[in-house]
Amino acid sequence: MKAAVATTEAPQGAAVTATDLVRRYGERPALDGVTFAVPAGSTLVVFGPNGAGKSTLLRVLATLLRPHGGSASVLGCDVQRQGWSVRGRIGFLGHDPLLYGDLSARENLDYHARLHGLRDPGRRIAELLAATGLERRAQDRVHTYSRGMVQRLAACRAVLHDPEVLLLDEPRANLDPAAGEQLEPLIGRASGRTRVVTSHDPAGGLAEADLALGLRAGRQELLGAAAAISADDIAALYADTHGMVPA
Amino acid sequence: MPHHGSPHGDVMRLQTRSPEVAQRNTPSTFGAARAVLQKDLRLERRAPQTLVAMTLFSATTYVIFHFALDRDSVDGQLASGVLWVTMLLAALLGIGRLFVSDRDEGGLEGFLLAPVDRTALLFAKGAALLAFLLALQLVAVPLFALLLLGPTPDAGTWLQLLLVLVLADLGIAVVGTLVAAIAVQTRARDLITSILALPLLVPVMIGASNATAPLLAQAGAEPLPGRWLALLALYSLIFGLLAYAVFDFLVED
Repeated sequence: MKAAVATTEAPQGAAVTATDLVRRYGERPALDGVTFAVPAGSTLVVFGPNGAGKSTLLRVLATLLRPHGGSASVLGCDVQRQGWSVRGRIGFLGHDPLLYGDLSARENLDYHARLHGLRDPGRRIAELLAATGLERRAQDRVHTYSRGMVQRLAACRAVLHDPEVLLLDEPRANLDPAAGEQLEPLIGRASGRTRVVTSHDPAGGLAEADLALGLRAGRQELLGAAAAISADDIAALYADTHGMVPA
Repeated sequence: MPHHGSPHGDVMRLQTRSPEVAQRNTPSTFGAARAVLQKDLRLERRAPQTLVAMTLFSATTYVIFHFALDRDSVDGQLASGVLWVTMLLAALLGIGRLFVSDRDEGGLEGFLLAPVDRTALLFAKGAALLAFLLALQLVAVPLFALLLLGPTPDAGTWLQLLLVLVLADLGIAVVGTLVAAIAVQTRARDLITSILALPLLVPVMIGASNATAPLLAQAGAEPLPGRWLALLALYSLIFGLLAYAVFDFLVED
């Protein structure tokens, strides 16, 4: 596999950095010496087959998991020692929407707004529900929503407090193209936020990336500017593992 | 390294962000605890599970005691024992379900992602469990009096019993919240809840049953023994401080 341009030094103005990051589950390393730096306003797309460590990386950056070695920082704050400062400045969208099924969309967002100390949550919530086309169902319980609607609402939750950094785990899963477009201003490149995004789509992922990171079995196999990496380089991450390439 | 910034990123960002959002208060521990508590009570009101299960369990247990003891009524220490064993087992149901919605629907992670003091969750869950126990006893204690209790307590006795119930419930809520926070991090949650909670709640049961027994004496209510009330208060205080000290470590990775 081709090693692309390495970006292992933390440059001035890097919004997200990882240095020799290690995280294990028991004896199994989920991340093993991952190092990168993402400049403010840029998008890092993380590729890799299932179990490569993509979600673990996002969870470490989100302060949900502690690193077992190395370090990571978000907006200049160490995620382990200054997690308090990191929370509230990141928006996390993982595989679980982090929403209560027996609460309505508005109640879920209001709950998270209160946890984040928003001063005028009603206005912000109305704005986001309108932007994602959910205002008509805002009073309905979330368990009555389709998966795509839940994902849109989860995106609202992730950006509710106007975070500077977005950590997005396959954010377009369960979304049709129209819904994907709807979320673009909130969580896409157009948001202007610093983003770390995981993807299984080489072409689509590279199209929205400034930087690309390839993981396999927790190890960093590929890192560099997206412009210098081809979809074939990404596909090779999967081919070596499963003997097939993603569609 | 090339930086492919969005050609119109700043413009779009302004359009998608609300200026008011930047005006955030740092949420207080009390404010966050209130948000979690209100959410929990709303969930229970909307889809009743915990309280209904606790109440049905208590009613069934009283019926079982009625037939198992083969007596029309009980009094004194036996009555106190029946009352508190039933409350303890019903409380286990509540403890076991305290973090269920948060675990199943990712609410715990949602809370951990917020810039709030983790002890807000301890306060909220403790208050929720206390509320469930008090609500349970509003139904279960009169039911106990109706089905099993020999002596008919007067108003003064009911007030003293209320004091014992509140103090004991406080102890159960503090210990129960701590145990539930430990159990939710494990795979064998249901087992861990019972295995940890039962021995830790023995002092509460000793204090509560000994404080209650004189109130339910056949010969008429005797004075409330202050030392058992003190034991209940002290135990709650010690476990409250312990829970406050370790709660962050329990809920975080």
